[in-house]
Amino acid sequence: MNAAISCTGLKKHYGEVKAVDGLDLEVRAGECFGMLGPNGAGKTTTIEILEGLTVPDSGEVTILGRHWGSHERELRERLGISLQETRLTEKLTVFETLSLFRSFYVRGRDPGQLMADLSLEEKRDARVGKLSGGQRQRLAVACALAGDPEILFLDEPTTGLDPQSRLQLWERIAAYKAAGRTVLLTTHYMEEAERLCDRVAVVDHGKIIAQGSPEELIARLHAPHIIEFSTDPAVSDELLSRIPGIGERRKRDGQWFLAAASLARSVPALLAALDGAGAKLVSLSTHQATLEDVFISLTGRELRNE
Amino acid sequence: MSERQHPLAALTRTRILEFVREPEALFWVFAFPILMAVVLGFAFRDRPPDPVPVGVVEGSVSKEITAALAASGTVKPAGYATVADGLEALRTGKIALLVEQTDALTYHLDATRPDARIARLEADAAIQRARGRLDPSPAHEALVHEKGSRYIDFLLPGILGLNLMGTGIWGIGFSIVNARLKKTLKLMAATPMRKSDYLLAQMLSRFVFLIGEVGIILAFGVAAFQVPIRGSLVVLGVVTVLGALCFAGLGLLTCARARTLEAANGLMNLIMVPMWLLSGVFFSSARFPKAAQPVIQALPLTALNNALRAVMLEGRSLPAIGTELAVIAAWGIVSFALALKIFRWQ
Repeated sequence: MNAAISCTGLKKHYGEVKAVDGLDLEVRAGECFGMLGPNGAGKTTTIEILEGLTVPDSGEVTILGRHWGSHERELRERLGISLQETRLTEKLTVFETLSLFRSFYVRGRDPGQLMADLSLEEKRDARVGKLSGGQRQRLAVACALAGDPEILFLDEPTTGLDPQSRLQLWERIAAYKAAGRTVLLTTHYMEEAERLCDRVAVVDHGKIIAQGSPEELIARLHAPHIIEFSTDPAVSDELLSRIPGIGERRKRDGQWFLAAASLARSVPALLAALDGAGAKLVSLSTHQATLEDVFISLTGRELRNE
Repeated sequence: MSERQHPLAALTRTRILEFVREPEALFWVFAFPILMAVVLGFAFRDRPPDPVPVGVVEGSVSKEITAALAASGTVKPAGYATVADGLEALRTGKIALLVEQTDALTYHLDATRPDARIARLEADAAIQRARGRLDPSPAHEALVHEKGSRYIDFLLPGILGLNLMGTGIWGIGFSIVNARLKKTLKLMAATPMRKSDYLLAQMLSRFVFLIGEVGIILAFGVAAFQVPIRGSLVVLGVVTVLGALCFAGLGLLTCARARTLEAANGLMNLIMVPMWLLSGVFFSSARFPKAAQPVIQALPLTALNNALRAVMLEGRSLPAIGTELAVIAAWGIVSFALALKIFRWQ
């Protein structure tokens, strides 16, 4: 399959800060590709370089086989862009805003259609300033779709939204992708990446540290289960290292996280070991490993709270 | 696929909608000139100037002096018990002149105050005449009341020019810096929108407000003060439109790179304050030294004010104000081109 977006050796430094530090990426036509990473990982700088809004210090960007330097106008007609935290003009209504954005493109989608697609019909004549966070974000995506783009860029599309609004937006993005279009999004919500993305790049400190489908990345942990527990009194790492089938071990706020290949094998052994050490179990739960666990395993840090 | 508006038309319409939905902006553009005109209306009512207050040190002849001064009508006498009291009143500006009769008449005054010198001349003439002086050649006053040569006639075109500058630079400056802060500019730069369309729309939207603001000021001047418009309204229209576009261009240039409202505000003041002072709004720019004239005459507001006065007061036609229009147009075109080149979209 041919690449919709590709870049090699991308670098962008702001003074001492290496926002993007040698990043290679390839997004295939028709896929939804997610850049997952904590705040400050360089996701926004990267996506804005790909969008032709920021000029990289070095590296090459190819979008739909074209370069920003030589084909900016053509590319702008073919791309839809939603920036992080854009505030659209508050004094305009939803319809006026969409008509304005529609006017910028030679061909595109009718404001009425866009409103229908993003469930904004009821808000047709409402001022942007009166919309809820979810409605505003849907309007921002509608603006990005005004030119009926071949590639949709979304920078943290659901940050700050309530779960219902988030779900609603995910449906719209999935529908756009189902029509055979390409999506590149950044997020620090692993759930978003797992749900929407065909492939994910985990970004940290301006570099891609892992790439693949969410399933592949999780499978690479060789431990699809996470056992989470706490005890009174606390137990030592040394004790836990003797439990069979355990991969990585982490402790945070008195809570242990163990990666396990098989719950049936590791959980009884864990309970026996705790019993032997005289430690009382305070809490115990298990979950399927997620991209969050992949990120922790790769960086030793968590995605959020960074 | 759907029909679309022309982007320039859509952007201009958007800008107008944004503006009319902003009550504060409406106030500054439309209500402010009216307020200013009303205040001026009070200042320039058709009546003789107030008599200048003059102090008289009380003594044997002070009654006679007071009566003579009161009769003159041009000064207003007030008595002071001692010279010290009178000088105190002079220092604090309560009176412009203190008259003291010793062997001779003594006038205490601050010679740097123009009203003090006038009071001295008026008071002396009144006292001397009351004491029997006869003027060798009789004189009488012929007062000028002709419409078109009064101060208000000079001032009104200046206010018009000032307002065109203020609304152009402020109106455009703040809206652009705001859009930059909110990243709306960046978002638009990410679409195929032509950047020149965006800037041009800012200038074009000024037309709509122009009709209102110029109309209000002119109508008020004509109705309240009978300020003449001797030239053709078409020529006046051409001058104001050109002036508005010129300052819209300057407004774009001023905020082409500013990232904060504070920075933009500072730059706007830097551009406007010198023109408030130098460009002949409140008094003729010809009063400044000759060496400064080439610079002053090249300022866009000077050219605009001169052109407005030439049309309104002297009834000049378009060719007669060609130089001024060329100066205005040059500022507008150069500012716009430069703004487009250096404009910061994010």
